[in-house]
Amino acid sequence: MLEGWPPPIIDPAGPYAGPISTLTWALFAMAALVLVVVIAAMWVALFGKAQQKRRLGGTAVIWIGGIAFPVLVLTILLYFGLTLTRSLSYSIGGDEMRVRITGEMWWWRVAYLDDRRRPVIHDANELHIPVGKPVVLELESADVIHSFWVPRLSGKLDMIPGRLNMKVIQANEPGVFGGQCAEFCGGPHALMGFIVVAHPPEQFEKLMQARLSPRGATGARPAVAGAELFQSAGCAACHRIAGTNANGLAGPDLTHVGTRRTLGAGILPNNRGTMMGWIANSQAIKPGNRMPPYTMLSGEELTELAVYLEAQR
Amino acid sequence: MPGADADRGKQAILKVGCGACHTIPGVRWPRGKAAPALDGMSGRALIAGRVPNQPELLAMFIRNAPSLAPRTTMPEMPLTEQESRDIAAYLYEVGD
Repeated sequence: MLEGWPPPIIDPAGPYAGPISTLTWALFAMAALVLVVVIAAMWVALFGKAQQKRRLGGTAVIWIGGIAFPVLVLTILLYFGLTLTRSLSYSIGGDEMRVRITGEMWWWRVAYLDDRRRPVIHDANELHIPVGKPVVLELESADVIHSFWVPRLSGKLDMIPGRLNMKVIQANEPGVFGGQCAEFCGGPHALMGFIVVAHPPEQFEKLMQARLSPRGATGARPAVAGAELFQSAGCAACHRIAGTNANGLAGPDLTHVGTRRTLGAGILPNNRGTMMGWIANSQAIKPGNRMPPYTMLSGEELTELAVYLEAQR
Repeated sequence: MPGADADRGKQAILKVGCGACHTIPGVRWPRGKAAPALDGMSGRALIAGRVPNQPELLAMFIRNAPSLAPRTTMPEMPLTEQESRDIAAYLYEVGD
């Protein structure tokens, strides 16, 4: 399967997911305890001796089991839950790394912002963060309500058209963390995946510097035949590749698609074969997505396009 | 196939995403339609209509199709020799 996907849901890897998992287990343990007590009472009511049954139906049991016990348990849980999740609230200082993530049907637009909140790096379906630092996410939607959820790093937060919702995530260890849209958003909602890659700080800096440097400086040379085809076959109408004439904004930005770990929004591994299959007929893979099948392309043309896209790093 | 394991083969199929192009028996998703479905592989005479269907050749084709059929559209896949043999075993065992 893909690394980090589907995401395990109770396996926290950061301070904004840990307390939620602890609370989940505490609620589960308490609920299990209550269930045992209720089943024991039912057993007595059904099979117990007459004297036990009488005691079970008495006022004392109702006062203790029906009122005192729930009040005590719920109060403890409420106090415990509120104390535990207090650490989830985070006041944004202003000098954190910021990324704007826009939910689209059925993928994620990703823009890394500079300290004046201007987008400087464009990407899609993948977020790179440094280990051990809080990262502020500005969550919004371009169409319908989506929900951003990377279970190992944070709880869910809705992406609502016309609103900017803020979320903080942090990873304590390097790794790949899978995400998934958690609000039904139409046809291929279940195939709207996402990944977060946490890097050691030096490695992260290097990655961002490479992406900020002018195109071509990283040594990647475009495969020329594929570059022409990218324009003439119509890809450029929906997809942008920085430093070329491809300026389409309807679909995912492909400037760094060669480095991406997944295709189709976190659902397929990224290699030449899956790239060609996706271009040829993405509708068979992710039915209803907004990219049409390109069944007019020959095998050679598909290969040229895939080679060109692999070079976009 | 000696030394090949169909279960590991299925994991390798999911890992590299063969299903992006091929509909494969036992693989629920994806069921790609860019390339031929891979059912009934054990009964076929030829791979891709030109290479004799023998286990070692099928494994080689899965890993590096252009080396056996230079004009094929199927690209070289990021698989080890062992993985490609496991996948061949899977296709022979599960595919019919």
